[in-house]
Amino acid sequence: MKIHEYQAKELFRKSGIPVPTGKTCTNEKDISSLLAGMQTPVAVKAQILAGGRGKGGGVVLAKTTGEAQKAAEKILGMQLVTKQTGDEGTTVKTILLEQGVDVAKELYLSMLVDRDHAGIVIIASRDGGMDIETVAAETPDRIITVHVNPLLGLQGYQVRELIYGLEIAPNVAKAFGGIIRKLFSLFMQTDCSLVEINPLVITNEDEVIALDAKMDIDSNSLFRHSDILAMHDSSEEDELEAAAASHGLNYIRLKGTIGSMVNGAGLAMATMDLIKQAGVEPANFLDVGGGASAEMVENGFRIILSDPNVRGIFINIFGGILRCDILAEGVVTAARKIGLSLPVVVRMEGTNVEAGRKILADSGLTLINATDLKHAAELLAAI
Amino acid sequence: MAIFVNKDTRVLVQGITGKEGRFHAGQCSEYGTNIVAGVTPGKAGQNVNTIPVFNSVADAKRKTSANASMIVVPPPFAAEAILEAVDAELDLVVCITEGIPVMDMLRVKIGMKGRHTRLIGPNCPGIITPGECKIGIMPGPIHMPGGPVGVVSRSGTLTYEVVHQLTKQGLGQTTCLGIGGDPINGTDFIDCLSAFQEDPETKAVVMVGEIGGSAEEEAAAWIAANMNKPVVGFIAGLTAPPGRRMGHAGAIVSGGKGTAEAKLTAMRENGIHVCESLGSLGELCKEVFTERI
Repeated sequence: MKIHEYQAKELFRKSGIPVPTGKTCTNEKDISSLLAGMQTPVAVKAQILAGGRGKGGGVVLAKTTGEAQKAAEKILGMQLVTKQTGDEGTTVKTILLEQGVDVAKELYLSMLVDRDHAGIVIIASRDGGMDIETVAAETPDRIITVHVNPLLGLQGYQVRELIYGLEIAPNVAKAFGGIIRKLFSLFMQTDCSLVEINPLVITNEDEVIALDAKMDIDSNSLFRHSDILAMHDSSEEDELEAAAASHGLNYIRLKGTIGSMVNGAGLAMATMDLIKQAGVEPANFLDVGGGASAEMVENGFRIILSDPNVRGIFINIFGGILRCDILAEGVVTAARKIGLSLPVVVRMEGTNVEAGRKILADSGLTLINATDLKHAAELLAAI
Repeated sequence: MAIFVNKDTRVLVQGITGKEGRFHAGQCSEYGTNIVAGVTPGKAGQNVNTIPVFNSVADAKRKTSANASMIVVPPPFAAEAILEAVDAELDLVVCITEGIPVMDMLRVKIGMKGRHTRLIGPNCPGIITPGECKIGIMPGPIHMPGGPVGVVSRSGTLTYEVVHQLTKQGLGQTTCLGIGGDPINGTDFIDCLSAFQEDPETKAVVMVGEIGGSAEEEAAAWIAANMNKPVVGFIAGLTAPPGRRMGHAGAIVSGGKGTAEAKLTAMRENGIHVCESLGSLGELCKEVFTERI
């Protein structure tokens, strides 16, 4: 789960990691009074979860209060389009007004779970403020990587490796090292999967300050972080995805025309691929889970049908624990209840498949029965 | 022969008194698995369908000589359950639980180094040696005993699909297992491939991967260097959008890494027979394996 910059900075502040003085604003009327107490320059920053805000025009460094006022009015409420938001963009509902900082040096710092080494990796670079993937591609020697064993924790020599590698001046080294340690503790305590500070700056007064903050928390861990769960902002999620999540369905909206409902994530992905190979485009990923009930099938139908692009539906179920006859009952009940009018291709296999197929055939509904996946692909291509 | 489990495997179920635990323990028993004990702290002395329940894994092992465990406990307690089974020195732990925090699994993974227990999962369907032993939630009847094909996969129902197609083609299985959809797991592709290579009854292997991480690429390179048995490979997620978690916590394309294309290329370059379309996997296996076995 991603949290906003201002929320991450609040966690930083509580952990003793310096961040600029700042205030959030959600109402245009408050801008002038908030700016009244601030010295210039002021950074005006759109608070959306997607990355690439600066390039999209969502971050402005204003030299005067007047400029800040103008920028804040413009950004608050704007439809911000970045490389991560899609063409429609995201409405900026909150902005962060921050005291400008006198920057001498910009660094890049991130920590993430490294699945290949089963540990935590710290990545740092002297090229702060730049896109780290570009730095990695063009000047890989300027990237420092430190692997940390989460059971042993961050060691002194590892902190020094970063200090020497980034050529941190001796009079700043202590403050810098402290920040690395505090950030690592925060990372571990909050079950982070990623924390990124770009840039982490050293000021002309030799202070080390996190100018930006990005945090992604492991969703599986939220049962033990009620404070972070409270930070969840679902307003940027796709409406249908949020609705599906509230029904316990794993749904991701795509741009195609063929909706699909599948049990199991791997089979759901493979089913999307199959739709594409049939010459049509998948409209969604939908995993109803191994223990799907008739109610979940109905909710799944509703979600898929709420997408106006959908012209047909493919139900692909491998019945194991979920028996095919139970599933078929669910499909028939849901289709009747909703008054389904789109073509539906059903492919079922596994436990009690014959009984399931009979229920579908006897239902009087226009459900198209596919005998296997190949047959299903042919039927989909014909929709 | 087969890999990791057979008719002599003696299984205990951690979390047997829960709804899921009770149901799946029953299903495994019915299939013929030697389920010898259940473990739920505080419930010692009870029975679940004649299976005795113990307070701890160590106790259950002492009294019943169990050597393997199936874990069906909720996510907040699953990592500890794995460690308990490791400390009791079981040979095999199969963790079905989905949704364990990554940080917990990192600790488990490091804590297991140097220990002899093998972990399969978490977030997996389990393992089955058809006709002998089923430790997991997969439907038993779709499997065909006697080999010659070994199946290893990161998925659940997708594995059932593959097995079903093999069975329809008259290709039986030695052992089928899912290694789990989480970013940090126990047994990996290479562990399984290596075991299949060693197993004389396994003559061919189907490997089913998905987007995210680089396990498939590493496995492909390993196959080219170490295996002389034919391998058919399939990758799910060609159409998955980047940056989105596709159900499984580990199934995500990030920073251009972990794409299905990269995995398929690695498979092709290393002599693996790539299945382009799931619908024809069984036929492809029949064709490839009949020539070679």
